[in-house]
Amino acid sequence: MSDEAAKSEEQEKVELDIKSTHTFKTWKHEASLIGCRYDPTGRYVFASAMDYTVQRWDLVEDKHVSLGGHDSWLRAIGFSPDGKQTFTAGYDGKLCFWETDSESPQPTREIVAHDGWVRWLSVSPDGKLLATGANDLLVKLWSTESGELVHTLEGHEKHVYSTLFHPGGEYLLTGDLKGVVNQWEVKSGKLMRTLDASGLHMYHGGQQVDFGGVRCMTLSQDLKELACGGLHKGSNPFGAVQEPLVLVFDWESGKQIRSHEAKDIKKGIIWRLIYQSDGTLVGASGGGSGGFVLFWRTDKTEVHQFKLPNTVFDMDMHPNRLDLVTVHHDSHVRISRMAAKT
Amino acid sequence: MKCHYACNSPEHAIARRHFLGTLAAGAGTVAGLNALVHPATAAKIAAKKKRILSIFLSGGVSQFESWDPKPRVKTGGPFRAIPTSVPGTHVCELLPKTAKLMDRISLIRSINTESNAHDLSRYKMETGHPKTATIDYPHLGAVVAKGLEEDSALMPGHIHVSGGAGSRSSNSTYLGPKYASIGVGTNGGLKNSELPGGLTATIDDQRQAFRRKTNERFLERRRTAETDAYVQSYEQALQLVKQRDMFDVTKEPAALAEKYGKFDLGKQCLLARRLLEGDISYVQVSHSNYDTHAENFNFHIEQLGEFDQAYSALIDDLSERGMLDSTLVVVLSEFGRTPNINQYYGRDHWGKSFSIALAGCGIQPGAVIGATNKEGTEVSDHEVSAADLFHTYLRAVGLDPTGDFLIGGRSVPLADPTGHAIEELLS
Repeated sequence: MSDEAAKSEEQEKVELDIKSTHTFKTWKHEASLIGCRYDPTGRYVFASAMDYTVQRWDLVEDKHVSLGGHDSWLRAIGFSPDGKQTFTAGYDGKLCFWETDSESPQPTREIVAHDGWVRWLSVSPDGKLLATGANDLLVKLWSTESGELVHTLEGHEKHVYSTLFHPGGEYLLTGDLKGVVNQWEVKSGKLMRTLDASGLHMYHGGQQVDFGGVRCMTLSQDLKELACGGLHKGSNPFGAVQEPLVLVFDWESGKQIRSHEAKDIKKGIIWRLIYQSDGTLVGASGGGSGGFVLFWRTDKTEVHQFKLPNTVFDMDMHPNRLDLVTVHHDSHVRISRMAAKT
Repeated sequence: MKCHYACNSPEHAIARRHFLGTLAAGAGTVAGLNALVHPATAAKIAAKKKRILSIFLSGGVSQFESWDPKPRVKTGGPFRAIPTSVPGTHVCELLPKTAKLMDRISLIRSINTESNAHDLSRYKMETGHPKTATIDYPHLGAVVAKGLEEDSALMPGHIHVSGGAGSRSSNSTYLGPKYASIGVGTNGGLKNSELPGGLTATIDDQRQAFRRKTNERFLERRRTAETDAYVQSYEQALQLVKQRDMFDVTKEPAALAEKYGKFDLGKQCLLARRLLEGDISYVQVSHSNYDTHAENFNFHIEQLGEFDQAYSALIDDLSERGMLDSTLVVVLSEFGRTPNINQYYGRDHWGKSFSIALAGCGIQPGAVIGATNKEGTEVSDHEVSAADLFHTYLRAVGLDPTGDFLIGGRSVPLADPTGHAIEELLS
C-alpha cells in the first residue's frame, strides 16, 4: 500500500469532531498571507501574499514554489474541477491561468480582465466558465478553454466583493459592498433577482465611508440556504470597531431566515464561509485577539469557536472535509483538523 | 472717557468712526499688510492679490497611497505607481486625474512632524509651531488673513468650508477674533441669510443704522476688546449676508459642478473657488476622513477617488481662470500613515516621513522635494519640518515669515524662527 493510500485510509477512520479542532501543521512565508485555497485533489495549498506572489505548498512532498504573475495583491484563486488548471485574479485587474502542478509555474494565459481590483473568482461546476467580480462594478464570465469574454454583467453600483456559482450551473450569484446579492442566469447573462443582504453594509456619516459588504457566500449542500458573511455593528470603521456577521437566506424565497453572530469576538470580519457535510456552517474571522474558526448549527447555536494565534484573512476546506487551511497576517499558513488528535 | 482696552496698546487707539466706517480695519490690528509683506513684493500683491486654498485631508492620508508610492516592497500595499505628466515622477494609481496635472503641482515627500498624535501634529501643520503651554499660535489662515488684509476689505479673510456652517472658531488666538475662521457649508448657500418675511432692505438698512448708533453711544464709554470682537463679527456677518450669492454653488454651470463631483468635497472645492474669486485670503476645505487604522486600502479607494476628481477639477479650473498663479493650493494632512500594515489591513499614525502637495502662486511646478527610504520608514533626503512649510507658504504669498507681530507691546514671530522656506520651490 502506498503512503498516500495509507494516509487516505487513515483519514477515513477519523471522525469529524468540531470541538476537537486543532492545528497540526504550519508554514511561514516572508510576507503576510491574504488568500488561500486547496486544489481539488487536496495535494496543494495555494496561498497568496502581500509580496504579490502566490505560494504553492505541496502537502505530499512538503515543499513549495512561488508563483509570480501579478503586479499587486490577490485573493482570488480557483481551479478547474479536475484540478489541472489554476486560476488567479488580482488587484492589478489581471486574470492568470496556470498549470496546477507545474514544476516551475508560469502563467499559461494572462488577461487584463478588469479596471480595478478583482476581488473574487469562481469556476462553474462544469469547468467551462470562470466568473470574476471587481471594483469596476462589473462581473465578467470567461471561457476557461479560450480565455474569451463570454458575458459582462452590469448592475452593481458598488464594488463587487464575491461571486459564487450555483452548483446546478444555471445561476451565478454576486455580492457587493452595499449588501446587494444579484442572481444572474449564466446562459443569458440576465439578472433574475436580487437578495437583500444590506445588513452587511453601513454608511458611516462621520467618517463618510461605505463599509462592510458581502465578503463571502456559500450554499448549503442541500441547496436550501445561502449564507453571506461580513460584518456589522461598525460604529468606528476606521478603528475596526465591528463584529462578524452571517446572514442566511432561504434559497427558494430569497428571504433572510436567520443571522449568526460570534460571541465575544470584536473587530472581526467573516472572510470565508463553508458548509460542512453535516450542515454545520464554518466561518473564518479575524478578531482583536487573534483569529477564529467559527461553527454554527442551523438552529443558530454557535457550536464552537476555534481560536488561532493570529488574525485570519482566509480559509479553505480540504476535500477530505476534515482539514482547514487558514492564512494569517503573521505570514503563517496553519492547517487544522476538525477531529481529535491522534 | 478712554476705553478700557486689555492691553492699552496704541494700536488699539484707532478712530472709532474709522473703525465703524470701514468695518475691516478693526481693533486687534497690530500690523497691516505693508508691515508684513516683503517690500519687493508688496506692489505685486497689490496688483494681483495672492491667497491660499488649503485642502486638509483629515485623519492623515497615506503617503503610500497618494504622493509617495512604494510598490513591490513590504510596506507598499497593493497599489501600483503610475507615471505622471512629469517624466520620472510617479504617484499612486488612486490619483489618475491628478497624475495628468503633475506638471502644475509640486510634491514634498520628506516631512517630519516628530509626532504621531492627531492634535499635536495637526497643530504643527496648521500653525507651523509646536504646541506649548505658554502660548497658543494662530492658524495659518489667520496669519494669512491678517497679513494679506487690505484696508478696503469688507469680507472676512479666513473661511473654512465644511459640513457645518456659521460657526466662528478661536483659531486666530492673539491675532484677534477678526481673523478667526468662519465655517460655511455647501448646502443651499449661506444658511439663514435671507431677510425675514416682510422686512425690506430699506427697513433693514434703517435698523442697522440704528443699531450702529446705539453701539457708538455705548462704545464711547464702555469699549473693550470683547465689544470690538462682537462688533467685528456682526459687521462681517452682514457683509457675508450681502455677498450671499458667493456661497451658492448652485449658481455654477451644471457641467462644471459635475466635473468637480457632486459629493461633498466636490461642492466644497467649487465653493472654495468662488470664495477665492471673491478675494477671501484663505480658504480651507476638509475632506473626511483618512484615519484608516482598519481597511486602509478600501477606504483610500473611496476617499481618494473623490479627492482625485475634485482636486484635478479645481486645479484645471483655477488654471483656466488665470487664478493659479496667484493662488497657493496646499494639500496636507496632520501626518501620514505607518509603513507597517496592521492586522486589520490598516495603517496607523506616522508623522516621521510623509508628503504634501503644493501648486500655484509661483511654486516651482513639477518639482519633488526630498525623499524617503526604500520602505518609506524615514526621510532619506532633505527633511522638511512643519515650520519650514509655514515659511514656504508665507513666502509664496509674499509675506515675510521672519517678521513679527506686535501683540500687546510684545514681538511675536510671524513664523517659527527655526524654520526656513524651501528656496527650491520659490521662484
